[in-house]
Amino acid sequence: MSTATDTIEQLATQDYKYGFSTDVEADTLPKGLSEDVVRQISKLKDEPAWMLEWRLRSFRAWQKMAYPAWPNVQYPPIDFQDISYYSAPKPRKQLNSLDEMDPEVRATFDKLGIPLVEQMALAGVAVDAVFDSVSVATTFKEKLGELGIIFCSFSEAVRNHPDLVRQYVGSVVPHTDNYYAALNSAVFSDGSFVYVPKGVRCPMELSTYFRINAAGTGQFERTLVIADEGAYVSYLEGCTAPMRDEHQLHAAVVELVALDNATVKYSTVQNWYPGDKDGKGGIYNFVTKRGKAMTNAKITWTQVETGSAITWKYPSCILQGDNSVGEFYSVAVTNNRQQADTGTKMVHLGKNTRSTIVSKGISAGKGQNTYRGLVKIARNAQGSRNYSQCDSLLIGDRCGAHTFPYIEVKNPSSTVEHEASTSKIGEDQIFYCRQRGLSSEDAVNIIVNGFCKEVFRELPMEFAVEAQKLLGISLEGSVG
Amino acid sequence: MTPTAALETLLTGFDDFTAARSTEPAWLRTSRAHAASIFRDEGLPTTRDEEWRYTPVSGVAEIPAVPVATAQAEAGAIDAFLFAEFDGPQLVFVNGHYAPGLSQVRALPAGIRVASLAALIDSEPEWLERHLGTAVRVRQRAFTALNDVWFTDGVAVVVDAGAVIAEPIHVLYYSTGGGASYPRTLVVAGENSQVSLVESFAGEGAASYLTNSLTEVLGAAGSHVDHYKVNRESARAHHVASTHIQLSRAAVFATHNISLGGLLTRNDINATLAGEGIECTVNGLYLSDGDRLVDTHTAIDHAMPHCHSYEIYKGVLDDRSRGVFNGKIFVREDAQKTDAKQTNQVLLLSDDATIDTKPQLEIYADDVKCTHGATVGQLSAEALFYLRTRGIGKQDARALLIHAFAESVVENIRIDAVRHALEQVLLARLPIRE
Repeated sequence: MSTATDTIEQLATQDYKYGFSTDVEADTLPKGLSEDVVRQISKLKDEPAWMLEWRLRSFRAWQKMAYPAWPNVQYPPIDFQDISYYSAPKPRKQLNSLDEMDPEVRATFDKLGIPLVEQMALAGVAVDAVFDSVSVATTFKEKLGELGIIFCSFSEAVRNHPDLVRQYVGSVVPHTDNYYAALNSAVFSDGSFVYVPKGVRCPMELSTYFRINAAGTGQFERTLVIADEGAYVSYLEGCTAPMRDEHQLHAAVVELVALDNATVKYSTVQNWYPGDKDGKGGIYNFVTKRGKAMTNAKITWTQVETGSAITWKYPSCILQGDNSVGEFYSVAVTNNRQQADTGTKMVHLGKNTRSTIVSKGISAGKGQNTYRGLVKIARNAQGSRNYSQCDSLLIGDRCGAHTFPYIEVKNPSSTVEHEASTSKIGEDQIFYCRQRGLSSEDAVNIIVNGFCKEVFRELPMEFAVEAQKLLGISLEGSVG
Repeated sequence: MTPTAALETLLTGFDDFTAARSTEPAWLRTSRAHAASIFRDEGLPTTRDEEWRYTPVSGVAEIPAVPVATAQAEAGAIDAFLFAEFDGPQLVFVNGHYAPGLSQVRALPAGIRVASLAALIDSEPEWLERHLGTAVRVRQRAFTALNDVWFTDGVAVVVDAGAVIAEPIHVLYYSTGGGASYPRTLVVAGENSQVSLVESFAGEGAASYLTNSLTEVLGAAGSHVDHYKVNRESARAHHVASTHIQLSRAAVFATHNISLGGLLTRNDINATLAGEGIECTVNGLYLSDGDRLVDTHTAIDHAMPHCHSYEIYKGVLDDRSRGVFNGKIFVREDAQKTDAKQTNQVLLLSDDATIDTKPQLEIYADDVKCTHGATVGQLSAEALFYLRTRGIGKQDARALLIHAFAESVVENIRIDAVRHALEQVLLARLPIRE
């Protein structure tokens, strides 16, 4: 199939579409990490003493931890002293409307296809756009304010809602949880904070677009979403980053708290710079994401991971309350020399807890895709139920697909099922599509999209569209 | 006991041991010394070690490591573990030493030779040097080294090219309790040959003991090897075994592992499919109760294209017993058209039983069919209901289904005498009427 081969070439050599960087004057700390740097970050952000205390405790814990070597990924060791831990666009003045925003920043967002104004008007999405590390624009705040919903940057929450932050920060991901969580807890720059009060259904999808901008700056986001009793919130996280030659480290922490009868939906589309076709450059994405579900609560993680040179994340659910539900839907794509070690942990503690895992891994080129998951049924989790399905699709003969599912069951009344399969796109499937007049590129596109359908239908509508486009860019046509 | 102390305990007496065996060929002496240094370097695995994460083995260090010297056992005790109406030779090893007086030897057809390793060390050291240890590709950390350090005897089964041996061979490794034994089994199947081998491990007595066995199977092109491993160790046994299988083009290999005894049982099965068109079956069943632990690690390495592997492992856990399963399937870069299926099913019968299972696929080729499935749970509600609508009481229906679950592995055993014996054991352990 020569045409198909051409398409592969064309797509494989295609430049990263979103690779550009904007020159904005940034307030950047010199490279290096020490207690002083932690103090300085805290001071720059004008934080209260307890926050600094917490950062320092995390930093000391981090210093004692060993560098994790167990993931199924290869990369040169990271020099943590060669990273600048803070970078903020120079603050001008408090913005009252979007028109006052730095025109260059606006233009960057426009290139990314996030016209804030249009989104406000059409999609009804409130965007807390994080540019590098400090939130520059927050929309729809007033409308959400009427319902008592707090949606702001993390530093703002530390200033204005210290009690809530203090109560919940680190309650799901303790500062000693793992190497990168400890690092994040020490040096986190900013992030998003959401609080939905009792019984309130958040009327719109909350969304933050993360961007990494200044060269050589690691970005350490911290997100905390709290849904009080009976509340509902859907949160979208989408990422693109400009092209860089130097590896960039991204170690974020996301904590979700779903109190009794609450529902939290957290959706991610991740499309950071994956490096060029030889694996040069690209983002290291080492993220800790975890949610805690109380009685009758529900947490849903949906992720579409197409970017980053290395992805290493396990969005997890601690099903603490009885009858709580955890769901994980994931599509992870690795092309060229991308590596992904991703999956989930479902920890069943309460009675009659249920979890569903649907993981779709697609490997192309020399990509390595690993699913690593844990399903743990504790002794008291009577009548718990888990269903896991991990499917891998291989495109090309130099890629890899791996599964490492850990299943630990201590209760006889629960049922755990795990299924995994690995296959490649069938010649017959492509042939069928082609004889119906589709190009091989379109054929692959619909086959891959069909493969991922179970996950995409969990995404909010506008995200689902973007996810399909992303898959197209990442892979379509890389099959013959 | 500190890890270092544990290491030294497990090598105590090594100097005297080698001094007493000074007439051994030089390569064997070197190999023992080398293994001892590997053991010193690696140490006993701990639960911080990924491959031993759920299986504490510190109890092993309290057992004197020097192989038990006596080969005395009562004939009556042995008979219970020999198979009645077995249509082939049954060789008995007591505490790792060949016991001709207890064995049922009979004349074998042309094309097969069954010899004790101790005899071969003396008579054919060169042949042994060429074959021993060649199938061991994946090291089971300290324990393969420990067997290399201490083994003194075992069985070699050598089948000539083209020989088809109808009589199965049964090797019984029996322990009288107390101390350690290091049985070693070597199967060399020539091209297009056929052979079946049953390895049994059994023991009695109140003293705890260690059986650290190592089995190697070298299957030449087109060979058919049918392998069975039956564990009926005593409730005080630490049974750490590894089976290493190296297969060539179009070889057919099947192993059935039935684990019924032992306080701690660890089975490693490593198969390397090093030629095209190989068919490899790894099936197993374990029953566990009390405070016992059964750990199975299997690794099937599809190194070449067009190979098939099938794996079904079932477990029934009762009381406070623990089960561990790790099934790895590797598909190497060029191993296209691989077809690998793995199934792991576990029944938990009590509130305190625990299972930790990890099926693991690592695939580096694209044109492959690989599936694995793991289920943990209880009996199917529909099946129970169906039986109850037929007038069978709840307890009986449950017992019937549990028995059927386990029986489905045993029924694949192709040697009638072995299958019948194990069916009787199953009936006693999992009665079909409660």
